[in-house]
Amino acid sequence: MTLAARGLRYGFRDRVVGEEVDFALAPGEIACVLGPNGSGKTTLLRTLLGLLPALAGEVTLDGKPLHAWPTRERATRIAYVPQASESYFDFTLREAVEMGRTAHQGVFASTSARDREQAAHALERMGLAALAERPIQRMSGGERQLALIARALATEAPHLLMDEPAASLDFGNQALILEELSALRGAGTAVLFSTHHPDHALRIADRAILIKAGRAMASGPAGEVLNRENLSALYGRPIDVATVTSPDGTPRRVCVPLGTGHR
Amino acid sequence: MIVARRRFPLWLAIACAGLAVLVAWSFGVGRFPVSIADVWRALWAALTGGESGLPANVQAVVTQVRAPRVAGAIAVGAALAAAGAAYQGLFKNPLVSPDILGVTAGCALGAGIAILLSLPIGAIQALAFVGGLLAVGLVVAVSTWVGGRDPLLTLVLTGVVVGSLFGAGIALVKYVSDPYNQLPAITFWLLGSFTGALPRDLPATLAPIAVGLVPLILLRGRLDVLSLSEDEARSLGVNVTVVRLTVIVCATLITASAVALAGTIGWVGLVIPHAARLLVGAPFARVLPLSLLLGAAFMLAVDTICRTAFGTEVPPGVVTAFVGTPVFIALLAISFRRSA
Repeated sequence: MTLAARGLRYGFRDRVVGEEVDFALAPGEIACVLGPNGSGKTTLLRTLLGLLPALAGEVTLDGKPLHAWPTRERATRIAYVPQASESYFDFTLREAVEMGRTAHQGVFASTSARDREQAAHALERMGLAALAERPIQRMSGGERQLALIARALATEAPHLLMDEPAASLDFGNQALILEELSALRGAGTAVLFSTHHPDHALRIADRAILIKAGRAMASGPAGEVLNRENLSALYGRPIDVATVTSPDGTPRRVCVPLGTGHR
Repeated sequence: MIVARRRFPLWLAIACAGLAVLVAWSFGVGRFPVSIADVWRALWAALTGGESGLPANVQAVVTQVRAPRVAGAIAVGAALAAAGAAYQGLFKNPLVSPDILGVTAGCALGAGIAILLSLPIGAIQALAFVGGLLAVGLVVAVSTWVGGRDPLLTLVLTGVVVGSLFGAGIALVKYVSDPYNQLPAITFWLLGSFTGALPRDLPATLAPIAVGLVPLILLRGRLDVLSLSEDEARSLGVNVTVVRLTVIVCATLITASAVALAGTIGWVGLVIPHAARLLVGAPFARVLPLSLLLGAAFMLAVDTICRTAFGTEVPPGVVTAFVGTPVFIALLAISFRRSA
């Protein structure tokens, strides 16, 4: 079970967004895509999901080109957490999360007991069980984002692709997500997520891909790639990576923007 | 509402009971009132082929006049409501319905041409279907091409434009039709009416409606996912192109059959699915059955009132418009406030 990109050029028919992306995502690995606003992280994710065709190079799932997988088969192997989801219809949280089971159901079938069980389990992991019968439209942005993650968990897919999963979450829920992702890794799930928080990458990623101006400027083990030079170059600002010691004595690397600031 | 949406079986039972009461009432009232007992005896005799013992004129009123009319109103109401629910889910747009999308106008033009050429009911159906598919195809093509920041509004406006284009075609059909026989027939039918519901035409109408409903019922789960963004639907494993095409064809077939039977009756397809969603929540598996029942009951009630409450018969399309317009304005206001 591996998702891999080789010499990938991605974008739209009339516009190349990025190229020269190479990586492989093995089971139980967390990869992180970092890049400034507009660097094409979402487009890359959509290409890795098979929603956009690769312009050159290829994306493979278990060695087979992604486009050769039938839609439903692919959906049971790669789950997607979009940045946001908008429905004009008033589904409850439980109904929305049960949609994550679609690929497991026959085209004409409806939700089975196992589907309901998996959806309930996913809701519980995201701490949303108590809200299950609430209409999604009346929930906060953060709750909706947790709901999208729950929907992806309900798919039971071995690959999880997440587009800025922490974007609208408060500090506590960001920590919740990172813990859940670590737990998923422990269970053998491969996770790739894009983020604007290098700290999140430093905290849990095994592998990091830095994208700037349509090029993967660095790609490799997170510990090596996420250094002072690379991050400063990536965001065009002086950035320091410091080591702090947790109360329990474990060292932890954090990212600090330098510069003049206001004093 | 949180409590209410669990009560799907309850609302289904209430809608069934309501429809049954309306059917009994509709059979009984009119210029020639018939008691419920006599209605039952007449229908039983017609079904079993036995003798009802009723006067021949009572028997004829029940089985030849009222039965096709009741059946027609039920079928058309259910059909338009189901098509509306399907289009709304498909286009992720609470403001659309067969009439607002211009599908009804497309069907009416097709059927009008068939009437002009004095074709049989089967051909009227077929041409109505072709006209409806042309209209919805044009709406999808134009609104995709135009794009725009507000897809909800773009789709509605495109529907209005396409509808008026097909409306011009209908005007042309009327203009060239024979003013003594065809023109009154076409005009009256366009207003929407069940007076033309003849026993021999009913099977030709009911069959395509049933055929179109089956895939919609089967694809209920996929239709829910289709109401998310296309990226989400595809990543969840839905073959978006195939499901969309199937739903468009089925909903248009259903609309075409309803239009061929009863002309252009607007608003049912908009109002009823919303009423159903309000009662049982968003999942299509619940919205569709309840829409069918509510649509049938609503249409039957409207038609019965139209033929009994006034000195002369009022076209039911007029009454549905009086109900539908304020509902549409309310929906428009809600959608805009949300997007603002």
